[in-house]
Amino acid sequence: MPDAILKGKAFKFGDNISTDHIIPGKYAHLRSDLPELAKHVMEDADPTFAEKVKPGDFIIAGKNFGLGSSREHAALVIKMAGVSAILAKSVARIFFRNAINQGLTVLICETDKIDAGNEIEVNLTTGVVTNLTNGIKLTSGKIPKVMLDILGEGGLIPYIIKHGDFEL
Amino acid sequence: MGKTLSEKILSEKSGTDARVGDIVIARVDLTFVQDTTGPLTIRQFKEVKHGRLDNPKQTAIFLDHAIPSPNRQLSNDHRFLRRFAEETDCLIFEGGSGICHQLVAELFANPGDIIVGADSHTVTAGGLGAFATGMGSSDIAVVFALGKTWFRVPETFKISISGRFQKWVGAKDLALHLIGVLGADGATYKALEFNGDAVAGMSISQRLTVANMAVEAGAKVGIFPSDDVTRKYLAAQGRGNKYRPLRPDIDANYKRSLIIDASELAPMVAMPHAVDNVTPANMLAGTKIDQVFIGTCTNGRLEDLATAAAILKNKKRHPSVRLIVAPASQQVLTKAMRIGYIQVLVAAGAVILPPGCAACLGLHQGVLGDNEVCLSTANRNFKGRMGNPEASIYLASPATAAASAITGEITDPRKVA
Repeated sequence: MPDAILKGKAFKFGDNISTDHIIPGKYAHLRSDLPELAKHVMEDADPTFAEKVKPGDFIIAGKNFGLGSSREHAALVIKMAGVSAILAKSVARIFFRNAINQGLTVLICETDKIDAGNEIEVNLTTGVVTNLTNGIKLTSGKIPKVMLDILGEGGLIPYIIKHGDFEL
Repeated sequence: MGKTLSEKILSEKSGTDARVGDIVIARVDLTFVQDTTGPLTIRQFKEVKHGRLDNPKQTAIFLDHAIPSPNRQLSNDHRFLRRFAEETDCLIFEGGSGICHQLVAELFANPGDIIVGADSHTVTAGGLGAFATGMGSSDIAVVFALGKTWFRVPETFKISISGRFQKWVGAKDLALHLIGVLGADGATYKALEFNGDAVAGMSISQRLTVANMAVEAGAKVGIFPSDDVTRKYLAAQGRGNKYRPLRPDIDANYKRSLIIDASELAPMVAMPHAVDNVTPANMLAGTKIDQVFIGTCTNGRLEDLATAAAILKNKKRHPSVRLIVAPASQQVLTKAMRIGYIQVLVAAGAVILPPGCAACLGLHQGVLGDNEVCLSTANRNFKGRMGNPEASIYLASPATAAASAITGEITDPRKVA
């Protein structure tokens, strides 16, 4: 399981941030060169994100984050940028699985009370999100046990290597 | 309580009494990657200690997104994929064979199958009654190794379609209308199940178009019952023995029911930069365009080219519009040449691209310039999708695309044809 307490700064995005915003299809030629690909993370949503984000920071989004392509590179480059978790009102289906499979924490919560630059603390054990800047506490939704188990092993590949099969 | 199509297929493939909300492990009939998701999938597969494909004949690699390769990096990815196919004896479809989803429909998908691919438009095979959905590389790598995966049994929206389409109005307009009604996240995690008296009159080509776009409303699958139309298609594709009737139970439980009267639909367009930002084509009259793209897994089939050719026959593209056409598969291209659609399109000024994804995802073969506007028959118009965040993409049917290519602006095909 990732560290139980995560702390970092909020990078705020709106609704419907697609996989093309996260990592555009035009960079498909870099998909076998992940460090190079990762330089373009979130480029079409915020061209300055890649240089500003620091390990531990959070992506805070509106509804339907990660809609579009199945490219797991979208979750992968966000993880490579050091983002500790994505907090969104809702997350598209394939991206949700991909993020968990990459060991990247995704929490579903009401994100309107978080502004860009706010300091955020997430307690993974209780699911409570605290906005340290304004003191507001938020609760996050439950995710299926199978996904928690996969997240707990650091992703699907480590999970399968360890267990050899799905264990429900 | 009866079962939806999704509950029936997941019950059969998991050996359980699968009900909405259950998490099941189900056997997979076909799993695949394409050239931009395959390399990561295979590297992850190689990390899994089994290291051996569960079933090479149910595992496929399609080279379709970047063919012929535009640069050395993608050429090297293609080499990597070909080598893996040689090592494991899995199926591989060389560049020019066609778009993965079209080839899955032509060669593999059967009613009741479970198909998972490392491409979001895997949902397309729902047009043939398959439970088909896109997943990421990790999930597909594990299916490569184990031949199974986990699913949460989805709630289902029942979409009942009645009436007959007006001339020059069709499946794409229905799909865009439906996404406009549901919203881009309106069916997230849900199954869309299509039904109603209009379905029997819809060809497999049209069903594939509608199923293809289910994911644009967030759906896990978009699935049609199988019927005589399905049976005839499978027979024509040489696998009539794979047909089986598949219908939901009459007392199945639906989360939501929607009724669409096809006869009331007009040609629809999705405006930049969201697929659910839809409006009738005639509301956009006067909108100038620089490029028209006819093709993709949504609308690159023979019927689509037939429609475009019918409208463009003895006409020319507008001098300020580039017209590019990419047939969805070699079979489509071959038939379109034999019937003469390709000749009509070329005479109208079209550039014909090899069967594949072509301009759809901004890699090559039709990347847009700054401030340019494209009218495309694809399924996505996100900012930057066609390689340039400073460009705009409108989505429409092949009929609307062909009519607009003639006038140079977005045009209701009923005004031209």
